[in-house]
Amino acid sequence: MTKLLQWLLTLALLGATWATLTLNLLGLSPLPPAWYQVLWPLPTYLLVTFGCYSLGVVGYRLASFNDCEEAARELQAQIREARDDLARRGMKF
Amino acid sequence: MAASRDKYSVLLPTYNERENLPLIVWLLMRSFEQSGNDFEIIVIDDGSPDGTQEIAEQLIKIYGSDKILLRPRAKKLGLGTAYVHGMKHATGNFIIIMDADLSHHPKFIPEFIRRQKEGNFDIVSGTRYKGNGGVHGWDVKRKLISRGANFLTQILLRPGASDLTGSFRLYKKEVLQKLIEKCVSKGYVFQMEMIVRARQLGYSIGEVPISFVDRVYGESKLGGNEIVSFLKGLLTLFATT
Repeated sequence: MTKLLQWLLTLALLGATWATLTLNLLGLSPLPPAWYQVLWPLPTYLLVTFGCYSLGVVGYRLASFNDCEEAARELQAQIREARDDLARRGMKF
Repeated sequence: MAASRDKYSVLLPTYNERENLPLIVWLLMRSFEQSGNDFEIIVIDDGSPDGTQEIAEQLIKIYGSDKILLRPRAKKLGLGTAYVHGMKHATGNFIIIMDADLSHHPKFIPEFIRRQKEGNFDIVSGTRYKGNGGVHGWDVKRKLISRGANFLTQILLRPGASDLTGSFRLYKKEVLQKLIEKCVSKGYVFQMEMIVRARQLGYSIGEVPISFVDRVYGESKLGGNEIVSFLKGLLTLFATT
């Protein structure tokens, strides 16, 4: 099964459950009335929560992305060392 | 012991890298001499007009034709076919792929080898996104695009590896051969597809944090075109794998 299909299936399943409960499609009214006040906007809440989570994660990872200054300095020093050594061995750049 | 007979073939695809090639080869030689692993370096040059091949010839004279192999091609062809071409001449049972532009430092190779042995992994991938990994020479915008693209990829594909677009990796030779047969994409997406297909085929993936120092010589490229083709590739993989 492709990832796209997995997503569609999961969303369809959740969507159907939500619609059945909120719109009371089966006519059973299994939940106390107060629950419907939560249930109705639930998808919007989840979407907003996921959006915030995404922004938080990307923001944190952006801020904590290592700059590797040390690695860059080390490389520069090694480049000089390499050039000298290769030139000594007869390399013409 | 079988382990001591392991040989590592480093594939270096080049195009106009006459500045970088001697330096990367020097660093590779030193890294392997220090770690004591058996190795060879295969330079796959796509007909560079800047004399990269002449530089490679000089390196062969210095280091020997058993350590440096020049296997050029007539013109610029895809990265996937460069690996296929290089593998035809590789005598190692492991293949290391990396960029020749000094953004990937050979000092990490012994860590790749250690990690591979730890878990007998089929693939060990360098990662810029974990532990001490990171990048040098990127501004905030570039970092944001990179982090954003990586997050989106992780959500959509759940690939089981943190750095999908990186190209510093160690493969068991037969694993790389199988994967290349399966992969159809180009550029950034090619590296991503390799990991996704590896996951599908049940190969194990280990990771080593690496520092990525963006091109010292020459231009680094990330334009709108790259971003669009990345997104296209991501969605294609999302819909087909």
